[in-house]
Amino acid sequence: MTPLADIELEISAAAAMDDAKTGAERLLGLGEDVVCHWIAAHGETPTTDSREGFRLLALHRQGAKGVPSFNACRETCRELAYHLNLISAKPDHPEVASRLQMMGLIATHLYLFIAGKLEESELGDFCCSSRPLHAAE
Amino acid sequence: MNETPKKYGRVAYYPGCALEGSGHAYNCSTQEVGKVLGLELVEVDNWNCCGAMEVKNVDPKLQTYLSSRVMSIAANEMGFDTVMAPCNGCYHNLKKAEYDLEHDPETVAVVERISSKAGHETYKSGQVETIHALDWIKEGIGEEGLKARVKNSLKGIRVANYYGCMYTRPRHIFPEKDQGPGSESTLQPHFMDDLLAAAGAENVDFPLKTACCGGAHTLSDSDMSTKLVMNILRAAEASGADVVATECPTCHSGLEMHQVRGEKRFGFKSKVKILYFTQLLGLALGVKPKPLGVHENISDSMDFLKSKGLA
Repeated sequence: MTPLADIELEISAAAAMDDAKTGAERLLGLGEDVVCHWIAAHGETPTTDSREGFRLLALHRQGAKGVPSFNACRETCRELAYHLNLISAKPDHPEVASRLQMMGLIATHLYLFIAGKLEESELGDFCCSSRPLHAAE
Repeated sequence: MNETPKKYGRVAYYPGCALEGSGHAYNCSTQEVGKVLGLELVEVDNWNCCGAMEVKNVDPKLQTYLSSRVMSIAANEMGFDTVMAPCNGCYHNLKKAEYDLEHDPETVAVVERISSKAGHETYKSGQVETIHALDWIKEGIGEEGLKARVKNSLKGIRVANYYGCMYTRPRHIFPEKDQGPGSESTLQPHFMDDLLAAAGAENVDFPLKTACCGGAHTLSDSDMSTKLVMNILRAAEASGADVVATECPTCHSGLEMHQVRGEKRFGFKSKVKILYFTQLLGLALGVKPKPLGVHENISDSMDFLKSKGLA
């Protein structure tokens, strides 16, 4: 699993790869790694299952259990899967480089969202409500 | 000649706190668009905060009560069966209150107890339908009705439609969505895309349309919020957009403020303009920028709008 601190730079490198298909596969893998960090931080073992053909979607489902606000990155994960399909289906498309760049921005968003939630995981289990306050009720 | 009454032709309007402050331009533009389209808004009497983030942190059931009071006034004191809330936070909270009151007897008991103490009739689930400003125009006028009223086409404007993360989540509180063709989708929302396309705009493929804007981190980790916004704006520009259209005052303020902060703190440059979808629709319907509050936006779009013949 790529260390969390290295993921942002790894995303930039993958999004700039000449071989778009390899870059897209790497970006999907980095997306999986980010979600794995979230799951591991909650004391669980990241699943190796897949959903709709993608481990990332199974990982997202696992990561969202009991944490409704984690669903705010559901479509971001789905967009990563979509972009992998888009790039893999037509690796010679004239816009493949910009598609890979866009996939890099999507992966960056997933990283920033989850890194932010990890940083504040002591503070909340929902972006608008606080776990310690509820626990004290 | 009497026109056939429109669906949502006269609804209770719940602007919420943000639209009286940072989202004032959204309030003005929503009301202006309503006037032009002949959709009447009657503001809920003596409304209160929906409970937003602050009360939810202290006691979620108290937040449910606060939202239920707004719906109770609309239904029991004003006789409305529809409440329109343009703010994603208010819309989400009223929908959540509706869901909890239908499914959780404990919540019902708390709301009954507080309503009785407050001296007003208790809101009962099903008394009103809560809708968003997008539903209001989409269902009330529709694309064809809008097209027929367009005076200044938005042709030549490329728009990234940004819905934010609360408009469609959690799915279970929006039972009317995901009902097949014509209904809104929680996976790929499209009502704003549909309306702006009807007004002549060109919607771009924008993969971050429901991604988090970092609003919840704004005070605790401003840099994280700024980076999330910078990423959204980068993606919008990479999609070819001139404008990011918004439908939530919190997302809108976040995008505008962090666009500025991104430049100051990280040297981030972006040219994309940020406008409420109601401002874009208002311009298309022939309303001048000022009544739509365009001058109140932090994101200065006047030169751009002039270049497109809209100001």
